[in-house]
Amino acid sequence: MAAPIEALVAPHVIEYTYTRSTGPILGAFLAGLRDQTILGIRTADGRVMVPPAEYDPVTSEGLSELVGVADTGVVTTWAWNATPLEGQPLAEPFAWALVKLDGADTAMLAAVDAGSASAMSTGMRVRARWADERVGSIRDLVCFEPEAGV
Amino acid sequence: MSEPVTITETPIKLNYSYTPGTAAARFLTSIEQGRIVGERCPKCHKVYVPPRGACSMCGVATMEGVELDGKGTLTTYAVTQIPSPGLDAPYVSAWIKLDGADITSMFLVKEVEPADVRLGMRVEPVWIDKADFTKNLANIAYYRPTGEPDASYDDYKDYV
Repeated sequence: MAAPIEALVAPHVIEYTYTRSTGPILGAFLAGLRDQTILGIRTADGRVMVPPAEYDPVTSEGLSELVGVADTGVVTTWAWNATPLEGQPLAEPFAWALVKLDGADTAMLAAVDAGSASAMSTGMRVRARWADERVGSIRDLVCFEPEAGV
Repeated sequence: MSEPVTITETPIKLNYSYTPGTAAARFLTSIEQGRIVGERCPKCHKVYVPPRGACSMCGVATMEGVELDGKGTLTTYAVTQIPSPGLDAPYVSAWIKLDGADITSMFLVKEVEPADVRLGMRVEPVWIDKADFTKNLANIAYYRPTGEPDASYDDYKDYV
């Protein structure tokens, strides 16, 4: 029988970058982020979805009426991320939250930089923090922060 | 209205910490020494390389190390016409049945025109500089033809 040997451990990194075409709706959303504005889309029943969907969730018809919404809103639910991983929006502990922006009828997933879980609550007001250099990417919207301050 | 956005990049990165287990660790330790050591099933006597610690057919542990000289027979191959990171196109990847082994292993095949690659071709490993050996199968840079006569079909027909 073979002699005992040391247990081996090695980093094993799998990395692949997709290059995706955005289509006109998400393309407009991303261009809006570059201009520091957030666009939703009006559905057949008059609601505003953010981020904009290409097709109506009820009728499946194509959608086209882009609607600007505010970069402030309300946290509708959240979970605290105590140990952020590489590549996540923030390096320090933050909240993953669903944020319903003022003027929107749906909530979007975003990071909230609140400092600690005790500063988080459902119903709290938040505002967007924008990247200084914006390129037309979801990362232009860095995160949200409490409207009352951290 | 500023320039529209039509393309976006979505990077995905998975950081694994890989623990190969004892059989693969034995294999990688031998690879670090420039040796290829498979393991023989005590029941069906098949030799596995790289060893996984057990015979998947018999369900028993493999414990007898079997050193191979690395030469083998090409049993299946593909010519890829699209470059990959670190690989210019066209390149040839092949399943190679090492002499003395009972399963095939995948390696790059170089020093031969893709059009000249064929089943039954005898091949040998080209190792990187010994000073650069690590516990990594990448110590074998690629395989190349030995120039020996092709193996007879009966020798590899079960592996095509």
